[in-house]
Amino acid sequence: MYNYTDFDAHFVRARTAQFAAQVERRISGALTEDEFKPFRLMNGVYLQLHAYMLRVAIPYGTINPRQMRALAQIADTYDKGYGHFTTRQNIQFNWPKLTDIPAILSDLADVGMHAIQTSGNTIRNVTADHFAGAAADEIEDPRPVAELLRQWSTDHPEFQFLPRKFKIAITGAPNDRAVTRAHDIGLRMVRNAAGAPGFEVIVGGGLGRTPIIGATVRDFLPKADLLPYVEAVLSVYNMLGRRDNKYKARIKITLHETGKEELSRLIEARFVELRAQFGGNDQALLAQIEAAFSAPDLRRADTAAYGAFYKADPVFRSWADTNLAAHRDPDYRIVTISLKKHGDTPGDATSAQMRLIADLSERFGHSEIRISHEQNVILPHVHLSDLPGLHAALRGSGLETANVGLISDIIACPGMDYCALATARSIPVAQQIATRFEELKLEHDIGPLKIKISGCINACGHHHVGHIGILGLDRAGVENYQITLGGDGTETAVIGERAGPGFAYDEIVPAIERLIAAYLKQRENAAETFLQAYRRLGLGPFKAALYPDEGKRNAA
Amino acid sequence: MSRAFTAKIITANDLLAGDVIYLTADDQWSRHHAEAELIEDEAHAQLRLLDAARAKSAVGAYLADARKGQNGPEPVHFREAFRMRGPSNYAHGKQVEPDHV
Repeated sequence: MYNYTDFDAHFVRARTAQFAAQVERRISGALTEDEFKPFRLMNGVYLQLHAYMLRVAIPYGTINPRQMRALAQIADTYDKGYGHFTTRQNIQFNWPKLTDIPAILSDLADVGMHAIQTSGNTIRNVTADHFAGAAADEIEDPRPVAELLRQWSTDHPEFQFLPRKFKIAITGAPNDRAVTRAHDIGLRMVRNAAGAPGFEVIVGGGLGRTPIIGATVRDFLPKADLLPYVEAVLSVYNMLGRRDNKYKARIKITLHETGKEELSRLIEARFVELRAQFGGNDQALLAQIEAAFSAPDLRRADTAAYGAFYKADPVFRSWADTNLAAHRDPDYRIVTISLKKHGDTPGDATSAQMRLIADLSERFGHSEIRISHEQNVILPHVHLSDLPGLHAALRGSGLETANVGLISDIIACPGMDYCALATARSIPVAQQIATRFEELKLEHDIGPLKIKISGCINACGHHHVGHIGILGLDRAGVENYQITLGGDGTETAVIGERAGPGFAYDEIVPAIERLIAAYLKQRENAAETFLQAYRRLGLGPFKAALYPDEGKRNAA
Repeated sequence: MSRAFTAKIITANDLLAGDVIYLTADDQWSRHHAEAELIEDEAHAQLRLLDAARAKSAVGAYLADARKGQNGPEPVHFREAFRMRGPSNYAHGKQVEPDHV
């Protein structure tokens, strides 16, 4: 993976020192909160319900064992022994004291990490396919481009005060695992007729209060044009984006108000100007970065033992069936380590778990680790013969849950248990759904299903693109949960449809249970997934299951 | 006609620790909701909020609905109940602090 150059290391150190001085001035009273707030946000520091929160970037979800151990050390030294992995491939510490944050940032800088631009109206942490560099369906590893974007966007003078935050996601595979259609800019690698790799450029996607699937402004952008093109998009948005209304400031509204055609025309015109100015420097830098992402030397070994173990051990088999994905090398698998043990908080890892993951990545995974936007941990390169040993080492650690892609593999934002913006809780809803379906022993029978929960309209939990989305709201001083159905975050992205009136906190789990019962009853066969059944049947039967009394009333 | 004023307390977060604090009648910041000053007059509430905004150790002071309880003011809205207690997924925050009431 990419290691900091002297320039990077110096930049991060200088910023850490600068922020330490700002913290000192805030504590002395020389800075008011209004003056300090923009500084702390630029450095990932929020003030939440019960404490400060520090959001640390894990650029494009890639982290090495040394960095993972540093996160564990920070969790033990300055927090409560755990961290929360988020839907944007960041990690959040929920309990730091303001006085400790400069020391935490210094510890992060020691291992080439930072919290810069994890908040504020800037270009945020660039997210990527969590299977990048390993996936069987990948055209190219998108992470060198993601790293180029990170370097370009970090402290970019033109883009430090954008109308609103700006999120970029990138995938090197046609199967979109990075939700590119719901980002301000989504980059999806495709090949042109000549077989050369380039990007489909999607602009103006986003969730939040106005969910919009992005528009494709370029079907094929040559790879070499990427950086000037992205800068052109930002430049046009920076000029047109509305600064008069926070709720209309994202590029999705610019797209909506300007129209795709005119926005594309402006981007293309700006691109022509900018491209000439780049002069090939970006390509020289990209070549250097690409060298840092060379694939590990995959080993050759006998794979027969894997097959025998798979047949003999049902617990291992269940885990292998759900938590493994195809690797570009047929003797390897991509392993997803679930952070969704039934009843636990989605995305949370204890310091002991972080250390175990670091150790296991070294023992079995060529020292590579990824964090997914679905709040799980990935070991991208594990040889078949190492899978039984890896699984055995995970057992008993709380990291061995065989549920990836199933009903208990829920995305949930922190919600009103932590977040100052939340209107309802999301974590306990996720915990209860997972626990309930574990009791019913139904989740493997239900099959692939994505439930996504947000505790407010800002949609950090991506509820709009969940097959089942749950949105927690405050209705007259009581928590209330709205259900959306049929959402999809992949290359066939769709915003879910609202099913009807919301449910009270103690009604939401039974409502989900009725929904699943309706699916199991109506599906054509066990191979038809919830989403497929929804697409075939439409809202009707699911609505009837959610609101049985309404049917009775109508019948009466 | 404007709505009748309902009782309030003033709450904020501590500058250094970030935890939830409440303004008491004698101008101290307490960790306990029950020790907050219950303000039943709108004009007094606005004055007290100005006092709170001047405090160096408090961040983001605001008025929150509260009602009179047996041991002092109690929260009305669930958000304030969570702030008073801590998160529901772990025994962290005020609910496990030794002198939690």
